[in-house]
Amino acid sequence: MSEHTVKSFDEELSHLSNTIARMGGLAEAQLGAALQALGNRDSDLAVRVVAADAQVDELEQEVQHFTVRLLALRQPVAADLRQIVAALKIASELERIADYAANVAKRALVLNQQAAVKPVGAVINLARLVQSILKDIMDAYVEQDVDKAIGVWNRDEEVDDLYTGLFRELITYMMEDPRTITACTHLMFMAKNIERIGDHATNIAETLHFLVVGTPLKGSRPKGPSVEAP
Amino acid sequence: MSHSPSLPAKVRARDINVHYGDKHALKHVDLDIHAHEVVALIGPSGCGKSTFLRCINRMNDQVDSARVTGLLTLDGDDIYDRAVDVVQLRARVGMVFQKPNPFPKSIFDNVAYGPRIHGMARDQAELDEIVMTSLERAGLLAEVRDRLDEPGTSLSGGQQQRLCIARAIAVSPELILMDEPCSALDPIATARVEELIDELRENFTIVIVTHSMQQAARVSQRTAFFHLGELVEVGDTEQIFTNPQHPLTQGYITGRFG
Amino acid sequence: MTDNSPTAAAAHRPSLDAAAHVRRRYAAERRFKAIGLGAIFLALGFLAILLWTIVSNGLSAFMQTYIRVDVRFDAESVAGEDYQGAIKSALYARFPAVESRGERRELAALLSSGADTALRRMLTADPSLVGTTKPVWLVASDDVDMAIKGHISRQPGASGNRLTDRQLGWLGELEAAGTVEKRFNTILLSSGDSREPELAGLWGAVVGSVFSLVITLIVSFPLGVATAVYLEEFAPKNRWTALIEVNINNLAAVPSVVFGLLGLAIFLNFLGMPRSAPLVGGLVLALICLPTIIIAGRAALKAVPPSIREAALGLGASRLQVVNDHVLPLAMPGIMTGTILGMAHALGETAPLLMIGMVAFIVDIPASPLDPSAVLPVQVYLWADSPERAFVERTSAAIMALLLFLGAMNLAAILLRKKFERRW
Repeated sequence: MSEHTVKSFDEELSHLSNTIARMGGLAEAQLGAALQALGNRDSDLAVRVVAADAQVDELEQEVQHFTVRLLALRQPVAADLRQIVAALKIASELERIADYAANVAKRALVLNQQAAVKPVGAVINLARLVQSILKDIMDAYVEQDVDKAIGVWNRDEEVDDLYTGLFRELITYMMEDPRTITACTHLMFMAKNIERIGDHATNIAETLHFLVVGTPLKGSRPKGPSVEAP
Repeated sequence: MSHSPSLPAKVRARDINVHYGDKHALKHVDLDIHAHEVVALIGPSGCGKSTFLRCINRMNDQVDSARVTGLLTLDGDDIYDRAVDVVQLRARVGMVFQKPNPFPKSIFDNVAYGPRIHGMARDQAELDEIVMTSLERAGLLAEVRDRLDEPGTSLSGGQQQRLCIARAIAVSPELILMDEPCSALDPIATARVEELIDELRENFTIVIVTHSMQQAARVSQRTAFFHLGELVEVGDTEQIFTNPQHPLTQGYITGRFG
Repeated sequence: MTDNSPTAAAAHRPSLDAAAHVRRRYAAERRFKAIGLGAIFLALGFLAILLWTIVSNGLSAFMQTYIRVDVRFDAESVAGEDYQGAIKSALYARFPAVESRGERRELAALLSSGADTALRRMLTADPSLVGTTKPVWLVASDDVDMAIKGHISRQPGASGNRLTDRQLGWLGELEAAGTVEKRFNTILLSSGDSREPELAGLWGAVVGSVFSLVITLIVSFPLGVATAVYLEEFAPKNRWTALIEVNINNLAAVPSVVFGLLGLAIFLNFLGMPRSAPLVGGLVLALICLPTIIIAGRAALKAVPPSIREAALGLGASRLQVVNDHVLPLAMPGIMTGTILGMAHALGETAPLLMIGMVAFIVDIPASPLDPSAVLPVQVYLWADSPERAFVERTSAAIMALLLFLGAMNLAAILLRKKFERRW
């Protein structure tokens, strides 16, 4: 799209997307670090992840202030309006994602006190998938790529499938060895958190679709089998 | 949307072209305006939106070099038919102008002028009635009730514009054309006129040309975007301002022209 | 700023230079104002000199010298209408020592040759005066008047003296007796022209001017307004109307004497209208006025904002209704101002009226526009041409009357504009 007649508006809008991209990068890094802390039983790293969550919160605040300012002063319409509203929504999704990553790190700290259990690997697999989805959606945001966003949106089914499998595996594991119940329960919550991150990524995909195309993403998202009914 | 698409349009424009001498000012415009809706015409200066507006009440007739082709109907009657009397047409299609232009006469005479020349009142009592109702509908009566004999030009800018609206509705038109009616008014006066437009929608159909996108967004149900004499896009106002389909519309309303 | 690149130098000009620049700008402004003021004072100065000359010359014309004599209204001279004889007898009775015919003629010349009209008027008003002797104030001759006013020398024996030494002596005697008096000159304001300065009046010219201007107004105003309205509001803008416009503008610049020739050819020679009549004068002046009225009218119509026309058209008014109801009333003050100024201009015209014979010597006050008549500017011209010393002051008095007339018309223009002026 060509530039605004008012140059400073362009600068402000690109500042806004840069902030969102930075937030996305930060959330991705947080998730990656949390996984590392879990896989390597690295408590120091886990502590750092928990502490770093404040940064993401701060960025979200910044985005909020900035969007309100733009709405009040520029009275944006059409694509500009969608971009600003989308930024506000994506920022809050990313903030939730970072929260979940911090929660995973917190639980990793607890797990590190326990004996190692086998299903950790499966949780990390799930997390790797979600991590790549998160990376894709942030790439799609930067490139304003709707097709990529729709791809992300469809991949949530994989996450749900993997999560359902992991859920069953953990239940089987606990039934076999009740001593692992504490560790497995934490892993189960971690898996839930990671699955939620996937959901937030699909939300971002929907927002991105609205941002670029101007209409909501139609049709119901393909859902994996529900965990409540194994 | 308040209108039902199955109803025949109040105003139908098909392939309207306007030439001013050699200048092709309006190119192949198709546009329907439905009863009881406010249609906003937006676009950069010289885009033809005012030209189109002035086709509807044949104000372009005043310009010697203007030539209008195409089919323009009001309730199915061809506006440009030879048999149509411009005076009768303008009684059906009222107009409010950019600059408040009350006649340098009393407030009463301003409103009474239209009914007088069209012979709409049989006696003074009827004329009084028409004037009072029009002022009331224009939301001006309370402010001017005690000063009907004062010149219309003694009112404030916003009041003058509402007086002009009262003057226009005094001849009971079906359609009111507004050519940037608020461009000379302050925000408060503008808000009052916009509120009035919204109220008038109940009884009249309104076409408004405006340079203020916010105003188009606030008062209209549908918005038409003109550019270089062409109708680029017309749609529900909400759609135009959240998700315009044409890149030119997008560029214009977000301020990315040139 | 240590940067000495050219752009930096341009952006930060030394402040000293800027101050000098500002000073020069102010100086230029002051100079211009001074020149403008000087021009205005110069113009005002000339105007003051002109007015002073006219007023100082003409003011004394409003007084006239009268001499009191005891007239006997004997039945004989009344019956023979020999009032002149009665006056002469009264004078001879006043100066019994004067006996020779030459002396007596000189004595009689102290009084105006038209002094008898006063006696006739007295008797017509009161026939019972017959047979009585009454003191009557009679108009002195112009030379006596000039001498009393000090315009000609009363030194006995002075060269070029209009009065003989004897006449001066009698005058001195009469004055010593208190029977010489300066009174307000009603003759000047109420009579027609005359060869005798003391009997000449402006009234005929004033009436002639009024008649002429009324004709001018009746002819030129409707014609001019109609033309202006048509050209401005109705006529298509094409080559023909442009040509007409150029011609009208050119007509305004045509020397007025040409209009006089036109009037002579058309009104007098072709249509056979009476010579010297205010009717013809008015028609010729109307021709002179027309371009002015049309141009002023079009300017006034142009000045009516188009928004008013649009408003009326938008309400469904026809073009004629737009003009009659809105445009013309709004333009009227401008049109009227233009008309009055045009008429004031016409009032001062002399040359075209000479062409149609209005320069004739007319004694009677015109009763209708068809009667021969003079007009004010022509009267000024005629009197200025007359050799008698007493006409000098009367010329100035006529100019004053003309100026008064013009002033009144301009005042009317201003008042009309003030009264009808509307803001939009």
